[in-house]
Amino acid sequence: MTVPLPIFVAVPLATAFLLPVFAKRGKAVATVLANLATVSLLVMALCSIGQTRVYEVGRWSIPLGINLVLDGLSCLLLLAISVVSTAAMLFSVRYMEQYTAKAKYLSLFLLMVGGMNGVVLSGDIFNLFVFLEIASIASYALVGFGCGNEELEASFKYMVLGSIASTFILFAIALVYGNTGSLNMAYISKAIQGSGLNAGLAFALSLFIVGFSLKAALVPFHAWLPDAHPSAPAPISAMLSGVLIKALGVYALVRVLFNVFGISVSMGWILIILGLSSMVAGAFLAMGQWDFKRLLAYSSISQLGYVILGIGLGGLIIAQGGNLAWASLAILGGLFHLLNHAVYKSLLFLTSGSVEMSTGTRQLKQLGGLAGKLPFTRAACTVASASIAGIPPFSGFWSKLILVIAAVQAHFYWIAAIIVFVSLCTLIMYLKVQRYVFLGELPENLQQTKENRGSMLVAMVFLACLCVLMGLLVIIPALRNSILEPAVKVLTDGLEYSTKIIKL
Amino acid sequence: MKGMTIIVKTISSWVKVLIFMFGIYIIIFGHLTPGGGFAGGVILASSYVLLMLAFGREFVEENLSLPVASKLDCVGALLFAAIAMFGLFYGAACFFWNFIQAEYLADKETAFRLISAGTIPLSNLAIGLKVGASLFLIILVLSTFRPDVSVKEKE
Repeated sequence: MTVPLPIFVAVPLATAFLLPVFAKRGKAVATVLANLATVSLLVMALCSIGQTRVYEVGRWSIPLGINLVLDGLSCLLLLAISVVSTAAMLFSVRYMEQYTAKAKYLSLFLLMVGGMNGVVLSGDIFNLFVFLEIASIASYALVGFGCGNEELEASFKYMVLGSIASTFILFAIALVYGNTGSLNMAYISKAIQGSGLNAGLAFALSLFIVGFSLKAALVPFHAWLPDAHPSAPAPISAMLSGVLIKALGVYALVRVLFNVFGISVSMGWILIILGLSSMVAGAFLAMGQWDFKRLLAYSSISQLGYVILGIGLGGLIIAQGGNLAWASLAILGGLFHLLNHAVYKSLLFLTSGSVEMSTGTRQLKQLGGLAGKLPFTRAACTVASASIAGIPPFSGFWSKLILVIAAVQAHFYWIAAIIVFVSLCTLIMYLKVQRYVFLGELPENLQQTKENRGSMLVAMVFLACLCVLMGLLVIIPALRNSILEPAVKVLTDGLEYSTKIIKL
Repeated sequence: MKGMTIIVKTISSWVKVLIFMFGIYIIIFGHLTPGGGFAGGVILASSYVLLMLAFGREFVEENLSLPVASKLDCVGALLFAAIAMFGLFYGAACFFWNFIQAEYLADKETAFRLISAGTIPLSNLAIGLKVGASLFLIILVLSTFRPDVSVKEKE
């Protein structure tokens, strides 16, 4: 089935503007509609697996018009976005009852989803920027949705740093337009291949790296994330950590580096260093946290480091003219880790929301012994923790294993050692979560704690099942060839992207 | 008495009509002359800003209340999306396909007439509604802002 690509953007945007019309009385209708929108997006994303298509909006051919491009990489991100947004939306049905103005929340949520879908589908770099701003501005508002002093402060900090990132990206786009005369990514890539990298383009490239790294919260640029992600309502934390930093940061950075500018040895090393510093610093910072959600936020930085490291390692091998098989393997590991992290980190944030809703606190020292009181939340949290720590049957193990194999095969033994070491740190921090939240003694004031059932439980079980089953994505060749391999191929092909898109 | 002096009030109550009509003109002729939905919408909102300055916020809120403006805002965005989506159901079946131009005005010489350019004037109307309502809302919300005194009282 071929879904017209703009539908992925139009459905969430139109639904988002439809919801506030129902006002206060139609809260139930608004909730149902919003859930229908996310579920239909998931179905359409599943229908688009394995397709490569170009869509010219309004029948204006490129480079005059705007095109939307669906390829393996976009499809992978679309899947991650729709899976996580479906689960988070389902979770919100019950969770957001604690807040007022649910219809506004739902419409901001859908705006964010629409923006992210636009970012991953856009083949036009300025359109990418516009969708990036839609998603970012919706997320600034959602981070401050609680309207408490702490939330507003975090939201303001996020907004300032996010706007700086957007400004960098806009400057870079202006420079690229001035130097190549095109805004279409395929044509920009062609122009750069023809003329080579002049000073203006090199400056634009560095601005892109800074801007997208700020959006992805890689380590020197991570200051906003540990405040913003814990302050948001739990389903939004799940969306932010699970997919927003990946769609706006990692995807856009990788697309620009690999497909537009072309990967070089120095860019490969920059990605590897960004990845390694994020992994190590994020893990060390996370281990010392006593706030449940803040720990998860720091751990997101660490896990995102794996993604960037894998992709950077692959890029370095390609740029050095090494064995393409190991480059593909490294990129496969990075992208698979991206998909895995989207699922288990959003699950962890959802369980933290469930714990917070039942107990009213997220300070690890005030919790404990909840294993008996919250059996389902506990089970989901354990599955996700095992997955993120890389314990064999769960999904996180496979992606980390692939990354280690790729690093060893490419003779970067020290990188393999760091990957294993950070994995150990991850295990320590999630054992800490298990110990202080679910094991140990139950404090007096938490004796009356009740499990959250209904939609919250369904959302958590859905993601937990995925955590267990996702390993199949690399083990079964048919699944690997339809979902992961096309995404890897987009990156290993690099600059051939432009000729492919222009031909289609 | 709320707002400014009687002179300002009288003049602005005449001028606001002219500004509002100019905004509508800019929107409707958006496809023929410079301007369009965004510029016209800003002018529409600015007529309300003039009222707000001359008569005070309460007067304006009676005239166009916050929930109504919010609904207009959503309707504008929905109309724009709907016009884009309609393109999917006509001949070329393409998002943002200018179906009115292609299907109904195809063989007519309509250049530089008011009714021409297919869906573009309709999109301009939707954008004008959206921009006018949301800019009005932004200014209204900014003018109702009060610093949070409850925190200081607690301390």
